[in-house]
Amino acid sequence: MTNKSKYQLICGLEIHAELKTKSKMFCSCKNDPFGADKPNIHTCPVCLGMPGGLPVANKKAIEWTIKLGLALNCKINLFSKFDRKHYFYPDLPKGYQISQYDIPFCEGGWVETSQGRVEITRVHLEEDTGKLLHKEIDGKKVSLVDFNRGGVPLIEIVTEPDIKSANQAKEFGKKLRQIIRYLEIGNCNMEQGGMRLEANVSLTSDGKLPDYKTEVKNINSFRFLEQAIEYETERQTKLLDKGESPVQETRGFDATKGSTFSQRVKETAADYRYFPDPDLPPIRFAKEDIERLQVGLPELPEQIQARWQEEYGLDQEVTNLLVTTSSRSELLEEVWQIAQKNETNLKKITVWIINNLELLTPTTWADQIFGKYMDQTKTTQIDESELIKVVKQVFENNPQETARYKAGEKKLLGFFIGQVKKIVGNKADAKQIIDAID
Amino acid sequence: MREKKVSLDEIYQDVDSEIAKSKKLNIYTNLNPTAKDQASKQGDSPLAGLPIAVKDNYSTKGLTTTASAKMLEKFVPQYDSTVARLLGEAGGVVIGKTNLDAWAHGSSTETSDFGPTLNPRNLDHLPGGSSGGSAAAVASNTCLAALGTETAGSIRQPAAWCGVVGLKPSYGRVSRSGIVAMASSTDSPGPITKTVEDAALLLQHISGLDAKDSTTSPLAVPNFSQDMKKGVKGLRIGLLYSEVPELKESLKLLEPQLKVFERLGASVEPVKALDPHYAIGVYTIVQRAEVSSNLARYTGVRYGKDRSFLGSEARKRIMLGTFTLSKGYADQYYTHAQKVRSLFRQDFDKLFEKYDLLVSLSSPGFAKKIGATEGQAMFGELEDMLLEPSSIVGLPGLNIPCYRDEKTNLFLGLNIMAPMWQEARMIQAGYAFEQATAWNEWAKS
Repeated sequence: MTNKSKYQLICGLEIHAELKTKSKMFCSCKNDPFGADKPNIHTCPVCLGMPGGLPVANKKAIEWTIKLGLALNCKINLFSKFDRKHYFYPDLPKGYQISQYDIPFCEGGWVETSQGRVEITRVHLEEDTGKLLHKEIDGKKVSLVDFNRGGVPLIEIVTEPDIKSANQAKEFGKKLRQIIRYLEIGNCNMEQGGMRLEANVSLTSDGKLPDYKTEVKNINSFRFLEQAIEYETERQTKLLDKGESPVQETRGFDATKGSTFSQRVKETAADYRYFPDPDLPPIRFAKEDIERLQVGLPELPEQIQARWQEEYGLDQEVTNLLVTTSSRSELLEEVWQIAQKNETNLKKITVWIINNLELLTPTTWADQIFGKYMDQTKTTQIDESELIKVVKQVFENNPQETARYKAGEKKLLGFFIGQVKKIVGNKADAKQIIDAID
Repeated sequence: MREKKVSLDEIYQDVDSEIAKSKKLNIYTNLNPTAKDQASKQGDSPLAGLPIAVKDNYSTKGLTTTASAKMLEKFVPQYDSTVARLLGEAGGVVIGKTNLDAWAHGSSTETSDFGPTLNPRNLDHLPGGSSGGSAAAVASNTCLAALGTETAGSIRQPAAWCGVVGLKPSYGRVSRSGIVAMASSTDSPGPITKTVEDAALLLQHISGLDAKDSTTSPLAVPNFSQDMKKGVKGLRIGLLYSEVPELKESLKLLEPQLKVFERLGASVEPVKALDPHYAIGVYTIVQRAEVSSNLARYTGVRYGKDRSFLGSEARKRIMLGTFTLSKGYADQYYTHAQKVRSLFRQDFDKLFEKYDLLVSLSSPGFAKKIGATEGQAMFGELEDMLLEPSSIVGLPGLNIPCYRDEKTNLFLGLNIMAPMWQEARMIQAGYAFEQATAWNEWAKS
C-alpha cells in the first residue's frame, strides 16, 4: 500500500518482553504472575515499595539482557547503572520505576529482515509494573491492584526508525520473539502481556524524518501490529493529502475495529526526573565477562536452520517447526548423531519426532528418544506392503468416498486416514498412511 | 549484670521509672508493651535482654513505625529492618521507638509531626536531630543504649547536644534495609550510647554485609573493641575547620581539650581542608533530590493518609528536590553537586595520607533553644555543616562529649573521623579521651 503512495512509511518499534527468571528483578519473590492463583501472593516489602524496602539486582536477568544484546549484535557497555524514572500511577508502588536511562546494558545492534536491516538503538533492563483491575463489587465500581507482576524483569528493545512497511515490522517482531525464545530467556506470551509492542509511525514525502510521530500502544499480536501500522499509514496519508500535518500523540489500538484512536496529545515531553538509583551500585563488567557470554551464545535460529537444511538435508518447513529453543536444538542434534551412527533414516526419525514433540523435554536424553523411536518402529510398526493392503481394503469398503476422493475431493483424506487408523491403530502414523494412500 | 551485681528486673524497673519521670520530654513515639517479657527470654545472649531505644524510622515487626510522620501514624510493619533483626538476635530488646524530625528531615527533632523532644540536660533546649529522641533516651537513662541513623550529622549532632556518645559508621557498614529511606546515598544507621565501649559493642552486633542491601560492604567486620584500650601513642591527628570564623568561641573551649591527646602521646595540628560551607550546597541538593524520590511512594493510596498530612518541611524538600532533578536543571544542580562531592572525597583522601584521624567540633556550638528552628529553612544544614563533608563521602565519625558548661549543663561534642572502614581507630581514640577526661560520667563507673 505504501509503495503505491507518494509517502514513505517511517516506523520504529519499542518492544517490551518479560524475562522468565525464577525470581523478580529486585527481590526474591517468585516470578510467576500468570501462574499465581491469587492476586498479590508473590509480593514482599521490596516489590510493594514498603518503607525501607531496598532493591537488589537479579544477576541472571542482567546476564540474559546482555546475551540478548549480543544476539542482536549490540555493543555491550562495560559500565552501566540503574536509574529511577519518576511518574505517578497506582500500579507503580514506589512512585518511580527502576529502569536505565543514559547507559543501557546494550546499544547499537541490528536484525536482518527480508526487506533490509533494522538497527537496534538500545536494549535495557527495567522492572514491570503491577496490574490494575477495574471491577464492580457490590454495585460499586472499584479499581484493584495486583502486584504479582510488579517487579518482574522487563527488557525494552528500541529500534531505529528503519522499518519501511507494516509487513517488515511484523517480520522483525517475529524474528525478535524467536531469538528471545531461542535463548530461553523469555516466553514472549503475547496474550498474557509477556511481550508488548509499540510502534512509532510517521510518513515522509522527501525521505527526511518528519517533525511528528504517533506512538501506537496496546498492541498484543504481530497481526495487530501490522494492522495498526497499516491503519495509521492510511489515516496519516489522508491528513497529508488534505494538506494537514498529523499531530504528535499517543494512540491506542482497538483490536475489534482494527483501528487506532487518540489517547493523549503530548504538549511537552514528560519529565521523568531520571537520576542514578542510589540503592543500586553501578555495574562494571570485565571484557572477559562479555567474551565469555559471547562464546557461550548458542547458534541463532536463522543460522541453525540453514545448517540443518544443509547438513541433515531437512526441509525448511521441518526446521521451522523444530527450531524453538537452544536446548531443544542441542537435544535434536544429539538424536540425529546417534541415528547417523546407527545408520537410521534421518528423515523418518525426524518426522516421528515431529509427531512426538512432547518427548523433547529438558529431562529427556537423546538416547532415550532414539531408543523409543527404535522400539516403536521395530516392534509395532506395520510394514509398508501390509499398510497398502489395508488402504486398498478401506477403498473397497467405501466406494463412494473413494470415487469422490479420486475426483479431487482432497478433504476426504482425513476420513481415509481415520478409517485406516481404526484398523492399524498405532502401528502407523499419519505420514505413513498418507504415503500408502498415495 | 553478668557479675550479678544488678538483675534484669532491676534494670527494667529503673528504666520504667525514668520513662515515667521523663514523659513530658516526649522522647518516645511509642513504647514496646512486651519489652520486659521479651527480655526475660534472652538468657545468655550477648546483649542479655538489655533495653535498647530504637529510632522510629527503623521498621520493627508488629511495632508501629512512623518516622514521626503523620502519614505513617498507623503503619505497623510486617517485617523487621535488618538492624532490628540483628539486635534481636544478639538479645537486645526494643524498649520503645524514639522521636525524630519527621522523615528524619531536620537537626532539632522540632519538626516531628508528634511534637518536639526536649533535651534532658536542659529542658529549655533542643536535643538536636534527627535522632534527637534516641540521644535524649540515652541521656535520660530511659534505656541502656539506642540506635539512630545519620545522613549528615543526625547521630553525631544530637549526641553532641545531649552529651552522649554517637557513632556514625562508614556508609555501607550497616544495612539500611527496612529503615525508612531519607537520602539513600548517605543514610548510615549507628549506635548512640553512654560510653565508647557500648558503641563499639552495639556496632559489632549490627554490622556486616546484608543480602537485602546491595550497598553494604562485603568487607569482613573487624573486632571493634580489640584495639580500644591501646591508647593513642604515635597517632597523627589533624584538626579541621579551626579557621572557620563562626566557630571562634567554641574552638576556644575545644582546643585545651585536644591537649589530652598530646599528653597521651599523639600529635595534634590544625590542617586546612576544603571549606565545609561548600558541603552545605552539595548535601542540600543531593539530599533533597533523593528525598523527593524516596517520598514519592507515599502517594496517599496506601497507609491510610493522603498527602495533605505531609508536614511543611517534607513539602519544602520534595519541591526543591523535584526542581533540582527536573529537565534542564539536573545538570546545573544535581550533576554539579555530585562533582563537588568527588572533590570532597579527593580532599579527604589527601588528608588521610598525612593523618591517622581527623577531628573537629561536632556542632558549631551548644544545643539551641526550643523554637530556634522557626523561620530557619537551613537550620539543620548550618548546624551540621562540620559533619556534612565526611557524611557526603561516607566516612565514619564518632561524637564524644568534650566539654560541659556548668551554668547550662549543656555539652560540646568532639567529632573524630577516620578513613573508610577504620571505625576501630576512632573507637580507640575516643576511648582514650573518655578515660583521660572527666566529661563522661558513665565512663568512670
